[in-house]
Amino acid sequence: MTEDTVLPAQREQVTVGEPLLEVSGLTKYFPVKGGFPIKRTVGHVQAVDGIDLTVRVGESFGLVGESGCGKSTTGRLITRLLEPTSGSIAYRGKDISRATRRQLAPIRSEIQMIFQDPYSSLNPRQTVGKIISGPMEINGITPEGGREKRVRELLEIVGLNPEHFNRFPHEFSGGQRQRIGVARALALEPKLIVADEPVSALDVSIQAQVVNLLQKVQKELGIAFLFIAHDLAVVRHFSQRVAVMYLGKIIEVGDREAIYNRPRHPYTHALLSAVPEVNLTDDGESAGRERIRLAGDVPSPISPPSGCRFRTRCWKAQDKCATEEPPLVRISGNQEGHLTACHFPEEPTTEARDEDIVLDPALVALEEGAGE
Amino acid sequence: MTTVTKPEGAPAANAPDGFLSVRDLQVTFSTEDGPVKAVDGLSFDLARGRTLGIVGESGSGKSVTNLTVLGLHNPLFTKTDGEIVLDGKELITATEKEMEELRGNRAAMIFQDPLTALSPFYTVGRQIAEPYMKHRKVSKKAAWERAVEMLAKVGIPNPRERAKDYPHQFSGGMRQRAMIAMALVCDPDLLIADEPTTALDVTVQAQILDLLKDLQQEFGSGIIFITHDLGVIADMADDIMVMYAGNAVERGTVDEVLRAPQHPYTWGLLNSMPRLDSDLDTPLSPIPGSPPSLLHPPSGCRFHPRCTFQDRVAGAAGRCVDERPLLGPDRASACHLTADQKRTIFIEEIKPRLA
Repeated sequence: MTEDTVLPAQREQVTVGEPLLEVSGLTKYFPVKGGFPIKRTVGHVQAVDGIDLTVRVGESFGLVGESGCGKSTTGRLITRLLEPTSGSIAYRGKDISRATRRQLAPIRSEIQMIFQDPYSSLNPRQTVGKIISGPMEINGITPEGGREKRVRELLEIVGLNPEHFNRFPHEFSGGQRQRIGVARALALEPKLIVADEPVSALDVSIQAQVVNLLQKVQKELGIAFLFIAHDLAVVRHFSQRVAVMYLGKIIEVGDREAIYNRPRHPYTHALLSAVPEVNLTDDGESAGRERIRLAGDVPSPISPPSGCRFRTRCWKAQDKCATEEPPLVRISGNQEGHLTACHFPEEPTTEARDEDIVLDPALVALEEGAGE
Repeated sequence: MTTVTKPEGAPAANAPDGFLSVRDLQVTFSTEDGPVKAVDGLSFDLARGRTLGIVGESGSGKSVTNLTVLGLHNPLFTKTDGEIVLDGKELITATEKEMEELRGNRAAMIFQDPLTALSPFYTVGRQIAEPYMKHRKVSKKAAWERAVEMLAKVGIPNPRERAKDYPHQFSGGMRQRAMIAMALVCDPDLLIADEPTTALDVTVQAQILDLLKDLQQEFGSGIIFITHDLGVIADMADDIMVMYAGNAVERGTVDEVLRAPQHPYTWGLLNSMPRLDSDLDTPLSPIPGSPPSLLHPPSGCRFHPRCTFQDRVAGAAGRCVDERPLLGPDRASACHLTADQKRTIFIEEIKPRLA
């Protein structure tokens, strides 16, 4: 591993902290077709429904949520791999949500993507050299010393042997392939990398290698990351700010510390409490964390619940939740930048409660049976 | 080269109520590239009502072991040696008919992906009723009633109606509940759960894990729980066996293995895993390299190419390369480091990084 490789300095200095990407009201509806013989649109999957987020220069912004919450769609909308239904995506103050291919070309090189599956995201018929130099070729960039030299540099940055330039993807293991994916994303010296579940397809011992590599890249090259993952512990490790999504909406956003230690939204509480944890302390019982067990699965995004979308699984839901959608605002007791979309927020702590919240009827029945 | 190919030391000879015991299990697949020894000399025991967690990375042989217990490998390409005894009955030499008698009845399995493990052709209720009808020789109607009862038990709302649905009409979490109902329908003594929650969302995973724990209280089955997630293991298991490249490298109770791990691979796993309470300023410490190919497994200790502690092993240089460390019975780890070394290295070098 070449973890100490000196990284080349960025071409131009950017001020850390100012907004790089501002998304507002971003919406994506996928049509659902049905009927015979003429297929008509019978409904819409409301994959992403009016989300606002800001990624600042050089920061890592984490997006967590369960499958189907729209986090991957958000990533694809931002890279313009999907066309948004409405809303705006401002990159360095310029709206790119409706930009044409030609207008987008210069920006595309600054926003790159790392995909989840290192097996399907690399062309098996191209050598590693060709894969990594692909983006330079398309954008007509010839760096000083030629593309091959740059590819070797990139391979070294991501901890691969530069001599492996002429090998094919199948000669590499999963973790090494993901490094190739990272090298390709770095080829054009991007300002923003959208990483969609970059480590979830990897084994535990390999995951850590890739997380460390991404962290090194983020810190030393000052690249901003939109880090999309379902693993809360990995996101916590990687991101300074975190947004939690549920059914196409951002329900809570804030600093890492606020989201993980002082969450207010019931769903964030439930999510954190569901993470299975190794208790390594010697003090016996795993006292400390609250236990919340929701009932059922996430509802269908084709016909999401009215009002607050979490209300059907929420233990605090009242009539107001069904009629009025809670806005994403800073509620009293929250720090600046910590926004929560909830009418009846929870206490800002994750400590164990006097009574567990168990909503699953099967669990309730079994646990009562055992208690008798 | 003096590679020791002797089997691992067996766990305590007659563990109380050890109703499943596996001794020196070897599973070899013949492939185009040559024989692959997926499991090489594995021994373990499971008592009724206990949960054994098997943890390891992909390719460590954890799933292969358990498919072998149920005799689910194609005998044309698979060579199995050793001994698997379930409640006094030898399974490796058992005929297909005897295995059929066992599967779904005394031993059942929950698979990782419920969508591919359920048949899209039959209703959920029928799939749950089928093993019950076959093994208990009851009428179709009685079996259906039992299926509805099981669906209710695993928390499917409106079970009488939902039993008539097909798997695609169920959500992911509900499908896994249906799988659990199917596995438990004949009240098995042994339940093998192969990554049962890996395909599920975290809030649903928490429900399913709790459900399995509560059902075990009620049914008293012994569970083998296979996963790559140490957090899930900590939550579910009584005992842990850590596997690496076809070998068990460490075993013990949950507390022993997670609080005072002895094997460098287990240290590596714990160190490379981010936790919700880990220190954010220290980078993760990954295990260098990647898991070996089982076509050409490393000689001696299979972990030695990735191990950073082998120079501390006493005795002849290159002992880790030449000699395979054996796994003792009960609480043990397969490593040439001495017990004192393991303890001091963990306390002085590994534990501070976990804080």
